[in-house]
Amino acid sequence: MLEYLWLIPVLPLLGFAVNGLVGLWKVSRTGKPQSKPFVYSVACGSVFLAFSLAVGCFWSLIQLDPHDRIIEQDLFTWITGGAVRTMSGDLANLHINWGMQLDPLSAVMILVVTGVGFLIHVYAIGYMADDEEGFYRFFSYMNLFMFMMLTLVLSNNFLVMFVGWEGVGLSSYLLIGYYIHKKSAGDAAKKAFVVNRIGDFGFIIAIMMIFSYFGTVDFTEVFEGVEAIFPTPELMWGPLSWIALLLFVGAMGKSAQIPLYVWLPDAMEGPTPVSALIHAATMVTAGVYMVARSSAIYSRAPDVLLIVAGIGIFTALVAATIAMFQQDIKKVLAYSTVSQLGYMFAALGVGAVAAGVFHLMTHAFFKALLFLGSGSVIVALHHEQDMRKMGGLKKYLPTTWWTMGIATLAIAGVPGLSGFFSKDEILWRSFSNPQGHILIWIVGVLVAGMTAFYMMRMMFLTFHGEERLLPKVAHHVQESPLVMTVPLMILAVGSAIVGFLGLPAWLGPNIFEHFLEPAFATHYQATEEVHHYAHSTEILLTVFSVTLAAMGIYIAYYFFIRHKEKSTWWVEKFRGVHQLVYNKYYVDETYDLLFVNRAKDTGRFLSAFDSNVVDGFVNGSATITRISAWISGQADIHIVDRIVNLIAEIFEYSSSLLRKVQTGLVQRYALFFVIGIILVISLYLYLGV
Amino acid sequence: MVDIGHYLILSTVVFTIGVIGVLTRRNVIIILMSIELMLNAVNLNLIAFSDHLHSLSGQVFAVFVITVAAAEAAVGLGIVIALFSNKETVNVDEIDLMKG
Repeated sequence: MLEYLWLIPVLPLLGFAVNGLVGLWKVSRTGKPQSKPFVYSVACGSVFLAFSLAVGCFWSLIQLDPHDRIIEQDLFTWITGGAVRTMSGDLANLHINWGMQLDPLSAVMILVVTGVGFLIHVYAIGYMADDEEGFYRFFSYMNLFMFMMLTLVLSNNFLVMFVGWEGVGLSSYLLIGYYIHKKSAGDAAKKAFVVNRIGDFGFIIAIMMIFSYFGTVDFTEVFEGVEAIFPTPELMWGPLSWIALLLFVGAMGKSAQIPLYVWLPDAMEGPTPVSALIHAATMVTAGVYMVARSSAIYSRAPDVLLIVAGIGIFTALVAATIAMFQQDIKKVLAYSTVSQLGYMFAALGVGAVAAGVFHLMTHAFFKALLFLGSGSVIVALHHEQDMRKMGGLKKYLPTTWWTMGIATLAIAGVPGLSGFFSKDEILWRSFSNPQGHILIWIVGVLVAGMTAFYMMRMMFLTFHGEERLLPKVAHHVQESPLVMTVPLMILAVGSAIVGFLGLPAWLGPNIFEHFLEPAFATHYQATEEVHHYAHSTEILLTVFSVTLAAMGIYIAYYFFIRHKEKSTWWVEKFRGVHQLVYNKYYVDETYDLLFVNRAKDTGRFLSAFDSNVVDGFVNGSATITRISAWISGQADIHIVDRIVNLIAEIFEYSSSLLRKVQTGLVQRYALFFVIGIILVISLYLYLGV
Repeated sequence: MVDIGHYLILSTVVFTIGVIGVLTRRNVIIILMSIELMLNAVNLNLIAFSDHLHSLSGQVFAVFVITVAAAEAAVGLGIVIALFSNKETVNVDEIDLMKG
């Protein structure tokens, strides 16, 4: 099975090629788009095959001994170059293979990507059903995304990973801007792309630094090199820290961390399945994956770990506060995603890599489900996203209600559901790990309470309370078709149970962490002193965080079901604070003021420079050329041509004189003979010559 | 006594008549006839010297000249006929095809 590993990304690529090319051909030939059953069979079929292969590969992988669970496949040589001297003075050949690597970490990623991805593809059949002309375009982009994401997680070196990294950015751009007639969608797509470029800039510098220090970009070799060159953590701020920091800059862009998170809420302009797949479940976790993959580097750069943890938990806090006051259902989920990604980075920052990846997986389930559920609501209300115009939808959309309810309880951290286990693992690690800090734990618990509050608020505003529907849509609100609700149900089951893979220590074995361990464990310092706390401490902390989550749920119930008037009273009382948070701390406006408008000014200046100075220079030189050409043309006509003509005229005139001699009369010629002969003879006779 | 001087005078006279005929007459046929006169003046000259010098080579030359003259007359008359059939004239003033 493992020898077919390369097929996993190739299958969606084929789907992309078939749907894209056939679709374009059909449109150009007949003017009508390709038939929908063909398009979605190809798209969903290719992803389903990839999922089956991923399951097969995963199955083969767990048959192996835990320490042999790393399979590398080099497909072809991609780049070869000359020898380069590395920073350590060795010669290294630039030789990069297009290689793939399957280990526990990438196995988890491909299962999540293909599994959740397949369900979202199926859901999209229903969601996109109204769209006639763009149907094939949508599915081919989705397949392109799957290909790029799988390339990203299956690569065995930084450069191929970077290809996938850029590729998911591209497909994200294409899909955010999918509604090509909406200006806001195009703007959001541009914003996402540009902000991601800033992060990618850091990432590519980090790759260059890695190559210049280790002479290779291959994961295994780089991490071995890290161990050899930097046996102990870098306490001073040195090259390894810079590499780690620049990689994290890349992760900040892709995974929407402060200060580069601003693109993700705007990315909700795309169709909801795109938000679910790319901007919640998979692509935005690429940064988490990359940092987890590079844990060999991070574990030796304690200062950067502190930065990662700090930015992660700060992002979690800021995004959670913004999410509490949003009115657009998808914006709530977007900020919630940013907040949960912050949790993951906080986990990575405290050295709990497995916990971070675990939260990544559970989050993929419940956040994809939440987005798909919100999509179901949005479709039922004919593309209404404002929660102020919803309410009481529970009786119209029962399946959507209970599936989203499970996801909400999961993200809120209700015991027994997946989010509880993963979030609690992160909180516990931030408390107990040597790199952790009590402050991170406090903020983390606070954010857990806020998460419970804003998610329940969203549920109450959408499904409970009185109906605030617009009259024109109120009559025909109905549950979505099965093709959309079945993926919801499957994801609901997943959201409920995947948590049991990673039980806390006081409940049972943590299968998930144990499985992932070989992928990072060797890189962490063996000498590290791990505090051993009693199980009772962990239970106590868990009880504390669950209590806070319960409080969050109760407050939401209090404000949005029982005493609705109280919430308006509080808003009035703290109008200034509310305005600040409601407007997302004016971060977009600040960025506009500081960077975007400055960039526009620079652009305008350069444009003026171009049209005045550069164009003037070009036009001036053109004028000079024209004048000199005119002069040399005149010289040609009046001097050179004159000389040539004069010579010809001289010949013509002299020949006209000589021509007269040749009369054509033979007798005249004979006369000349005779005269000549007489002259010759006379000379002979009289001069005696 | 008729000596070589008489022969030479005669041949000079005949040759001069031939030259004047070639230069002054307009009719091609008469020009050809004048050329024959010049050739025969030369023959006379050759034979006179042959007799005078007691050498037969002059007479052999004369026979050659007569032969060549016959051939020349044949070719010349052929040209005249061809010319006439093209231009319908034998007047040399009108035959100036080689005028520059």
